[in-house]
Amino acid sequence: MDSKIDRHSSISAEDLARLNKEAEQEAAPSALKITWNEFKADKPALISLIIILTFFIFVGVASLFINVPKMMQTNFMAYYNQPFTKDFWLGADSGGKSIAKQLIVGSRNSIGIAIGLTVISSTFGICWGMVSGYFGGMADLVMQRVYDFMMIIPMLMTIIVIVTIIPSYTAITLTLILSCFYWMGTSRLIRSRTLAETQKDYVQASKAFGTSNVKIIFREIMPNISSLIIVDTTLSFAENMGVETGLSYLGFGLPMGTPSLGTLIANANDPENITNYWWTWLPAALEIIILCLAISYIGQVLRRTLNAAQRRGTEDEK
Amino acid sequence: MWKTILRRVLIMIPELIILSILVFLLAKLMPGDPFTGSINPRLGQAQIHHLMRINGLYDPWYQQYWNWVVHLFHGNLGTSYEYHEPVIDLIKQRGANTLYLAVFTMVLTYVIGLPLGIYAGKHEGKLQDTLVQIYTYVTMAIPYFVVLVVGIWIFGYGLNLFPTAGSVSPQANGFGPTLLSRIGHILLPGLLGALFGTVNIVQYLRSEVIDSKHSEYVRTIRAKGVPMPAIYRHHIFRNSLLPIAAFAGYSITGLLGGSIFTEMVFSYPGMGLLFLNAINFRDYTVITALVLLYGFLNLLGTLLSDIVLSIVDPRIRVS
Repeated sequence: MDSKIDRHSSISAEDLARLNKEAEQEAAPSALKITWNEFKADKPALISLIIILTFFIFVGVASLFINVPKMMQTNFMAYYNQPFTKDFWLGADSGGKSIAKQLIVGSRNSIGIAIGLTVISSTFGICWGMVSGYFGGMADLVMQRVYDFMMIIPMLMTIIVIVTIIPSYTAITLTLILSCFYWMGTSRLIRSRTLAETQKDYVQASKAFGTSNVKIIFREIMPNISSLIIVDTTLSFAENMGVETGLSYLGFGLPMGTPSLGTLIANANDPENITNYWWTWLPAALEIIILCLAISYIGQVLRRTLNAAQRRGTEDEK
Repeated sequence: MWKTILRRVLIMIPELIILSILVFLLAKLMPGDPFTGSINPRLGQAQIHHLMRINGLYDPWYQQYWNWVVHLFHGNLGTSYEYHEPVIDLIKQRGANTLYLAVFTMVLTYVIGLPLGIYAGKHEGKLQDTLVQIYTYVTMAIPYFVVLVVGIWIFGYGLNLFPTAGSVSPQANGFGPTLLSRIGHILLPGLLGALFGTVNIVQYLRSEVIDSKHSEYVRTIRAKGVPMPAIYRHHIFRNSLLPIAAFAGYSITGLLGGSIFTEMVFSYPGMGLLFLNAINFRDYTVITALVLLYGFLNLLGTLLSDIVLSIVDPRIRVS
């Protein structure tokens, strides 16, 4: 292509390069670029992003080198070992189990469940909201009644009851159970946006052309609300970190012998631990606080990006 | 408006029926039967079968469900296996404790939330607003139970400012000291709960105040020469505050959900702790009664909010 232009045009190579550069500068920046610029402008957000990614990678890799059954063995020699010692950088709990190792494996479990929960529940919530908002009418009415009903179920209690009924469950079943109960917020949000989007001309035109509904929903409307989806997913990820850890804290999350950030914080239920042996639970608590703050901060930055994009051009619903 | 309310109540009925069926089926799915090891340890297998038969436990589920509902309407929620007491009495005792805590938390929520939201809206974009924004952002991000744990560690154990367990100290005698002790015990959980509950109110009020501030009607009144403080008092506050009342219903829901964590962290003998105990002892009658009760209260809360909103906001009535 380039060589063709060279042969047939009188524009010199330098001019062409300059023109190309100008054209690139004038073009509307892509969503990715806007996001990247926003992060570059906001140093704390960039730092949070780097911290989160580094931490996730560290936890993922480090947990590969930890022998979990061996780690969970009781070791009386290390009973409440003080932190900042050679073998136990973060001390040990009443069973002489290294807190640092439990923290790494627990983080992996908690983050993994939070990711799984976010992916499943968000996907379901998005589909539910889009179908409900797009078709409207009877379908919407029925789907919204289901939504209303889900909202009145005492969620935490029901989840605890289900977890006790199921004879044996793993991290995967736990994620699935939780996913049944945490899609409603997303679905409501997506529904209202889809309702607005469906009224627009391009959707009407597509319908007139006879494009299939599935195609309109997933190929045309979804890309247009993708920024909203990204923001909502990020924010619900931060929230979902609290869901599993909270349940594990109460003792109904991951099964016994599987460390999670919640089970570590549950050490604080013992008055002895909370006062004298702070290292058994405080690191996990601090980690959750920092992770949740950083993730939702990133979500806020993404939301700001979304608003900037709205302000720049497209007339959206007020 | 009456039509809206009637419609909401009518929707409520099938929801309640489905909820009760769900709760009933969950109870049926729980392992074990109510007789093994509870009434008489010497009960033989044949006798248990006999008891199950005369109590209708071999009937088809819909018949059992119907009997259960009939009992419910007579206020009979069954007898706790663990406490050997009617469940309704247990709920009355524990419910009172949860109610004190919930009411106290809600009052605090409004006492903190209302001024904070208005203040942030009034000072939009200034340092005060930023600080309030940071506060709402932090409380939104951190899981509730982590704050409770850290809160009790710092203020309960570390600084020794508040009691860390129970609802009344056993030393308290007489009306006055008992009341004081009660208040002392709900102060910290109530405060922490309120710090979380305010977030929605603060954010809503803030954006509402900002919206009204820039609206046409405020500009018109200003043009007429009415001073800003008077505009705030007579117009902006009144317009922004009314919808806040609707949050009360939703906060009931939130408070009940959070009560499990609060009561666990503070060993506060309310319904949340009763539920956790019941789960550990597989005390099914208590569990089903509590799940149903919480569901019913959720329903009542949203109904209340919708009604208040429809009274306050005419736009909802029209649609």
